[in-house]
Amino acid sequence: MTMVQQEALVSRQSSDAAAEGRAVRLMKRRSRIRIYEIVIWLAAVAAYFLLPSKMLILTEIAILALFAVSLDLVLGFAGIVSLGHAAFFGVGAYAAGLLALHYTAEPVIGLFVAALVAGLLGFLTSFLILRGSDLTRLMTTLGIGLMMAEVANQMAWLTGGADGLSGFSLNPILGLFEFDLYGKTGYLYCLAVLFVGMMIMRRIAFSPFGLSLKAIKSNPMRAGMISVPARKRVVVVYTIAAMFAGIAGALLAQTTSFVSPDVLAFHRSADVLMVLTIGGTGYLYGGVFGAVLFTLVKDALSVVTPQYWMFWIGLILVVLVLIGRERLNRWAAYLPERLSGKEREQ
Amino acid sequence: MSDIVLETRGLKRRFGAFVATNDVSLTVERGARHALIGPNGAGKTTLINLLTGVLPPSEGQVFLEGEDITGLASFRRVKRGLTRTFQINQLFETFTPLETVCLAIAEREGIAHRLWSAMAGYARVVEEAGDLLARFGLASVMGERTSILPYGKQRLLEIALAFASRPRVLLLDEPAAGVPEDERHEVLSIVADLPKDVTVLLIEHDMDLVFSFATRISVLVAGAVFAEGSVAEIAADPRVKAVYLGENA
Amino acid sequence: MLTILFDGVAYGMLLFILACGLTVTLGLMNFINLAHGAFAMAGGYVTVVMMNRYGISFYWCLPAAFVVTAIVGLVLERTLYQWLYRADHLDQVLFSIGLVFMAVAGADYFMGGQQQLINLPPELSGRMDVGGVGIGRYRLFTIVVCAILALVLQLILSKTRFGCRLRAAVDDRRVAMGLGINVPLVFALTFAFGSGLAGLGGAMGAEILGLDPNFPLKFMIYFLIVVSVGGTSTVSGPFLAAMLLGIADVAGKYYVPAIGPFVIYALMIIMLILRPDGLFSRGSGR
Repeated sequence: MTMVQQEALVSRQSSDAAAEGRAVRLMKRRSRIRIYEIVIWLAAVAAYFLLPSKMLILTEIAILALFAVSLDLVLGFAGIVSLGHAAFFGVGAYAAGLLALHYTAEPVIGLFVAALVAGLLGFLTSFLILRGSDLTRLMTTLGIGLMMAEVANQMAWLTGGADGLSGFSLNPILGLFEFDLYGKTGYLYCLAVLFVGMMIMRRIAFSPFGLSLKAIKSNPMRAGMISVPARKRVVVVYTIAAMFAGIAGALLAQTTSFVSPDVLAFHRSADVLMVLTIGGTGYLYGGVFGAVLFTLVKDALSVVTPQYWMFWIGLILVVLVLIGRERLNRWAAYLPERLSGKEREQ
Repeated sequence: MSDIVLETRGLKRRFGAFVATNDVSLTVERGARHALIGPNGAGKTTLINLLTGVLPPSEGQVFLEGEDITGLASFRRVKRGLTRTFQINQLFETFTPLETVCLAIAEREGIAHRLWSAMAGYARVVEEAGDLLARFGLASVMGERTSILPYGKQRLLEIALAFASRPRVLLLDEPAAGVPEDERHEVLSIVADLPKDVTVLLIEHDMDLVFSFATRISVLVAGAVFAEGSVAEIAADPRVKAVYLGENA
Repeated sequence: MLTILFDGVAYGMLLFILACGLTVTLGLMNFINLAHGAFAMAGGYVTVVMMNRYGISFYWCLPAAFVVTAIVGLVLERTLYQWLYRADHLDQVLFSIGLVFMAVAGADYFMGGQQQLINLPPELSGRMDVGGVGIGRYRLFTIVVCAILALVLQLILSKTRFGCRLRAAVDDRRVAMGLGINVPLVFALTFAFGSGLAGLGGAMGAEILGLDPNFPLKFMIYFLIVVSVGGTSTVSGPFLAAMLLGIADVAGKYYVPAIGPFVIYALMIIMLILRPDGLFSRGSGR
């Protein structure tokens, strides 16, 4: 390095046009839409035409995917391990069910109401997870999840208790598309909601806000030292994630015309953690890949051993961890690597 | 009295029975090049942690430009112009240097809470980041993963990152620590060329660097301020030589 | 009123014995073992099988439950857990949830989904009247046994060489190794001991807490509350937390049955608001 270069190094007036240009190019590339994203959505639409008899399981996948992607905002971005994400899913489902039963059977309004209610719960409970260790957060999220299940159980006059909530049916979506017996409309509806949700979350992921979340996860002390207000950010992202989880719950209630107390069960929170782990955290589409794999495996298992599939799910989890998530996620290495913009410049 | 930017009064920090910082009252003048030296375990890093809010003090207060900031969280102190680097790199390992610096600038500009546009949409932020990285000799690696960068580059990023917040007071915790000889020069020249309007408090072991850089030196021994004065005074102080320089000689 | 308090104390004592093994793995080894309840359940089933199928005396079943679960714990620690001590918490959570699922389904497969009942020896069943207070004999027995265990535990950790080694191994693994402490062995024994205690707690608790395949899931939250409220640095912290939780839960379910199930959550939330770092934690750095 010459003396001239050195002098220019820290002086404020001079600017490096080449570096600026390169920085802008790199940043743009970071949030570019990848080919595999397009492939996924095309495949999802193609499934509608190619697999007409599989609408129910496809719907299940779409709902689980939305649920898992919402958890990714909390886990993969903000780094909070939650054992109670089903609380928001369940609350959303009940909200949508009750709305359809008592007020309006318009599905889209149901989604908004579910998002609102679940988001409110997320906002209120987010303050409880701000401090403390991973352990405290596990306790808190698990506790809140169980508490919501207990609330639903105790308020049987409202929720139907252990029998669940039934006896409602939905109007055509926006007055145009009627739910059919084969679940075709249901699938397209869920897919559309998943798509919109995904696009919104994608914007969040690549925004300065999304980056600041990852900073909090990566190194909270340093994040503070570049003035990231960690608590505010966590409150916001937890609320948003709760809203999307609530929407996923609402989709389940609307497409099945039934809300069982199972929507709040612990295993749902554990399942969604697993889904996300299979698919990989921190790049959103992990939730989609995970949902596809998980649903197929679970479906296959419950055919083989209807009563004890839980055992095999558990075994898969144990093996998964022992093999190592990192190693396992390498199969998808091409995808997340590209998404997070780590590729080299040519 | 001249213009005091950073001041501590009776600052104390205990870890159990151990007193890491013992009644430190320190003043740093605006624009100063102030060095904080002391043997290993003298409590230098603890003091920096107290100044920047990484640790709460057991007793005492910290003032920044006359205002009591003792109870403020780190991020609020940064907003007020007090930031630091770390002795051991504290970087976002999965980020690229570009992402890292963009975030720091976005936070400084108060736009990092925005969640609707991609970071790339804030061209001014990104351009400034590219420019800053270039000035710190990181232009060629701005798109690499931080964790795979050579240590010297990571050290530079450490300083660049603190710098991105446009601090008025910058605390450098052994900026050249652990940097291999061939990369050392680059780090030192960056430190030497920091803008004059930024007040710098430097913690350092390297006496050459301290004497060439600092205008004022405080010596910390066993958690307390042992001696303070100009470079010449400290260099001539036989007590300091005994406890500190003697050790290294 | 005093009876409720007494029942609450017995319940709390049980929770402590059940959870203290988790305190050790969690606080000392930094392993979030959500499958801890599965060990307790194993202890419970050992007792049920021995008593109901082979007619072995209850008093023999308790040590057997301890030994069997401790062995199971030891085996699992050596084969599985030890690889994950330094994994991140998410991995540990997933792994132990996996174990829970397997345990739940396994128990269902072998033992059936129904509640298991054990026939206590006659001298332990029923109530006696002490100064106008009705006291369940079995609860008295539980309190005495658990109190002795708690004391012994405190003594082991603070006074014996083993406790000393354990604390050293936890403080700094490498230095402890350098001092010639067989850290993996210390960890394995500790894990086994903690699992054994859980098994013993499960065996003793079968009567009071109930026993069915969902046991590990049902009590997971209790364990977590005991450990995170009580802190992991002492024995007395989790002990007090367990007592508080036990008494509050029993009293809540008795006096206000409608909201009884929420007492523990309310307790948890109050605790989080007042003392987010744990009720009895030492004033730590951050």
